[in-house]
This record gives sequence, structure tokens and C-alpha cells, in this order.
Amino acid sequence: MISHYPNKEAALLPILHLAQKEQGFISASTEKQVAKILEISPAKVHEVVTFYTMYNRKPVGKYHIQVCANLSCSLLGAGSLIEYLGGKLGIQPGETTEDDRFTLTLVQCLGACEQAPCFMINFDYYGDLDETKIDEILDKLE
Amino acid sequence: MSEKQLSKLFGLENSHQIDVYIEQDGYRAVKKALSELTPETILDLVKAANLRGRGGAGFPAGIKWGFVPKGVDKPKYLCVNADEGEPGTIKDRYLMTNVPHLLLEGIIITCYCVGIHVAYIYIRGEYEMVAQRLEQAIAEAHAQGYLGNNILESGFDLEVYVHRGAGAYICGEETALLESLEGKRGNPRLKPPFPASIGLFQCPTVINNVETLANVPSIILKGAGWFCQQGLPKDGGTRLFGVSGMVQKPGVYELPTGSNLRDLIFQHAGGMKEGKRLKAVIPGGMSSPVLKADEIDIPLDGDSLMEAKSMLGSGAVIVIDEETSMLDVLKIITDFYSHESCGQCTPCRVGNPWIRKIVHRLCQGIGGPDDIDNVRRLADNIMGKTLCPLGDAAAMPILSLTEKFREELITSLNERRQES
Repeated sequence: MISHYPNKEAALLPILHLAQKEQGFISASTEKQVAKILEISPAKVHEVVTFYTMYNRKPVGKYHIQVCANLSCSLLGAGSLIEYLGGKLGIQPGETTEDDRFTLTLVQCLGACEQAPCFMINFDYYGDLDETKIDEILDKLE
Repeated sequence: MSEKQLSKLFGLENSHQIDVYIEQDGYRAVKKALSELTPETILDLVKAANLRGRGGAGFPAGIKWGFVPKGVDKPKYLCVNADEGEPGTIKDRYLMTNVPHLLLEGIIITCYCVGIHVAYIYIRGEYEMVAQRLEQAIAEAHAQGYLGNNILESGFDLEVYVHRGAGAYICGEETALLESLEGKRGNPRLKPPFPASIGLFQCPTVINNVETLANVPSIILKGAGWFCQQGLPKDGGTRLFGVSGMVQKPGVYELPTGSNLRDLIFQHAGGMKEGKRLKAVIPGGMSSPVLKADEIDIPLDGDSLMEAKSMLGSGAVIVIDEETSMLDVLKIITDFYSHESCGQCTPCRVGNPWIRKIVHRLCQGIGGPDDIDNVRRLADNIMGKTLCPLGDAAAMPILSLTEKFREELITSLNERRQES
């Protein structure tokens, strides 16, 4: 990974992605470890982790549901689907269910506007959502 | 008559695999470029074709490539902008998913032309599945000798790497993209120096959008004259328009530049959803100024939309119906820019959240018509006063919406005031 770049620091985003894939989130100790590997200051790692929205700074559920709340999705009912999801899971956006299965997050445009309203669960996209489809998708998860 | 170039293989089974792609005449442009054409000839071709950038700014690609200094004792880089964060924009995802090898062809020819040996595809982190597909395509191209050392015995070497972003709209701005690729926060750089002379790792760098590069192979095969005949003479080729919102058939449509916006919505995208009437259209991604229903009889090219005080941007058309409140649309726009400001320039960092606060209050029925003037004043104080175009991108839709829909905004405010 580091070999793709002329200097080590450039591998910071990919390494953080890798760390998050392994651990689910980026902890303070991970930040320090990454800083050591790349020979940069922990502060530099921290400022990057806090800048990008995809790095979780606390653990998330097994299924991280990220719902688009941007324009095309909102035009087609994202608002009421977000309420429905929150009600179904018993959590507010930004929260995780008690059994650590689901985290619900509102995000900006996911680039799947032709399938609005849409969300992603971990890295899988689901589109043309309605309440029935959401029920089906969640039922199929382990 | 124009032909589909970019989307002709969309829908063909396994079009992303190199064997299928080659069966459909794929990699012919790379073969022709590397065996028959010199870098200078290619540059002249792309300049003559006047291939304008498809990412948003519309800058001619050939001129951009020409800015890269010659004889510099430093490596040069190509960064492919696949960040696709402009709300409404979906086209690059279609290209990379369906025809990743078309993008690779464009990359190989561009790098050969400019003398580049390392290219990075900076893709938004959410597109993980697309990134994996690109990596698979790169591995296939390597195995068949289209990437790596001594490509097709030409003596030309090239490596392509996929680099994932991590969720930041600002990284679609070219200098923020460079910062991000270097492992930093995506804070845009002051220009000049321009990336062509001092870019990635302080080296000369070309940054092009995915769709821009995907147009290069057909220019090589069919010539600049042919390209100019597709679409308009000064703004040639076809474009991938992404249509979303209240239409029957949202999706990606490839049409010549200069096609009519009304036709795109009412013919290609099937018109409005049943029982819905058109109120407004955002023609080029969220940052483009909104058009009213009676303003959409307009050619889809950069100059025509600029005349209409909007912009073609990334060709992302968002269709809004009569029942949708423009106050709610304004709220979503201000939420977005307030969230995505990188925080570097004060007018954008402070102005956008301030506007957002006022608009949120208006949505709750709190405030008066003079708050719309306050919003406009604040937006006007962001416009043109920031390092990068995000400031303008935020101000433009806010200014146009509050101007064109002022009466409606006041009516909505009054209704909500009575409700609350």
C-alpha cells in the first residue's frame, strides 16, 4: 500500500480505511499506531480522522445504515423513510441499537440519485426504497 | 447525427470485463495511439476537438495538458477525479461500473501524451464496490500488457492506482483532491501555482474528470472533426446527463451537447411522475442556479446555461415538482454546504452555518420576510470571497432560489408561522 506513493504520509487514508475495516472504528490508540507506522505526528492523523465523515470515531453496529438525506432522495420521501427506520429500529439518527446490530446515520448525497431514495448498509447500496422494501432488506440480514 | 460513445456498452452483459470489452473493439484506441501517433499529434487532436471538461468547470482538456511544463526533472502525475460528490451526479459511477476499461484507455492515452508514468484514480470512499471493480480492471489490463512496463512493446510504462476518499465533498475540488491524496485534510490550495506546474507531491499534475478521459479514445479513433460534429462546434461530443427527482424514468442519458433540457426531461426521462407538475429544475448539480419551469427550453451546453445565469456543471439534472416547498429545498441546500465547508475561509465557514440557522428558523415559521434578505446578504458575502469554488457553489443556488421564489418562500413562511 505504501509502495503506491512516493512518500509514506500519502498512505494515510488507505491505512485508516484498512484499520476501520479490521476494527470497525478508529480509536485514539489506532491513531497513535498509524502515526508510528507512517512516521507522522498523532495530531496529523487525528486531524485527518476528524475531517472525513467516513471514519467512525466510536464503534458502530454490525450493520451501519447510512441514509441519504440530500435533495433527490428527499424529493422522493427520504424524510418519512428516515422516521420509519428510526421507529423500526428504535433509535434516532446517530445512534446504535442496544444489541449493537444497527447504527443509523444520515449522510449527504451517495451518488445514486437515480435510485432515490437510497441508503447504504456497510458498503452495499440499496435504492428505490419504500417501507416494504426496507422491511425485506432488514429481514434478510443475519 | 450523433452516436453513443460513452454508454453504448451500458447494459451489455459483463461489459466491465476486458475480454468482452476487447470484443467490442476495446483498446483499439490505445493500440493506435501508441503505435501510430506521437504525443504531440495526440495533444493537437484533443486541442482541435476542444474536449471540454465534464467535471463541472468545463475547461478544455487539451489546453490543460498543454500547461504541463516540458523538460522538468520531476515525475509528473495524472489524477483522475472520480470523487463525484456534487448532489445529483451519478454519471461517473455508471462509466466506472459498466466500462472501467474505457476509462483506463483514456488514462493510458492521456499519460502517453503528457509523459506521465503514474496515475491515481481518486474515487469517493462510498463507491467501494466501484473501486474494487476498477482494481479488477487494472489487474486485467496489466495481465494483457496494457499497463505496466513497456506497454504493447512501445517502450511506454504506466502504473494506475485506485485511491479511496473518505467522505468529503470538498475533495472534488482539484487542489483539495491533491491534499487528500497526499494524506491530509482536504483543504484547497491557493492558485497559482496551478497543479499543471506544482501539483501532487509538488510535481506537475494533470487532473481530469472520469467522463472527460472516457471521451479521449473516440477522439483518437474518429478524429477531432468527427468529435466536433457531435454536439456543438465549440463544445463537441456527447455528455452523460444524470436525471433524478420527480421524473418517470430517472437515470443516465447520453446526448449531444446542446440538446434541449425540456426534451431531456419530458422525452428521455419520460416526463413528470404521474399527477405531478413541474416547478423547477436544477440543471447541473446542486451548486447550479435553479431554473423555473418556464426557463427550461434551453440547450444543454456551457455557454447557453451561462447566458441563462445558471451552469451546466456536472450535467446532473434534478427535477422538482409543484408540491415540493422551495423552502424545504433551500433548507437541504443550506444543510449541505454548511456541512461540507472545509472551514478554511471565514466567509464560507461562518456564513454557511449562519444561513442554515436562519433557514431552519424560517422552516419552523420563525422570522419574517427580511430574513430572506439577510440570507441573500450573507450569501452575497460568501460569493467570490473564498479560496475555492465551494463558496460560490453555496452562494449561487441560494441567491437564485431566493430571487426566483421569493414570493413562495414568504407564503410558506406565513403558513408555517400560523401552524406553529
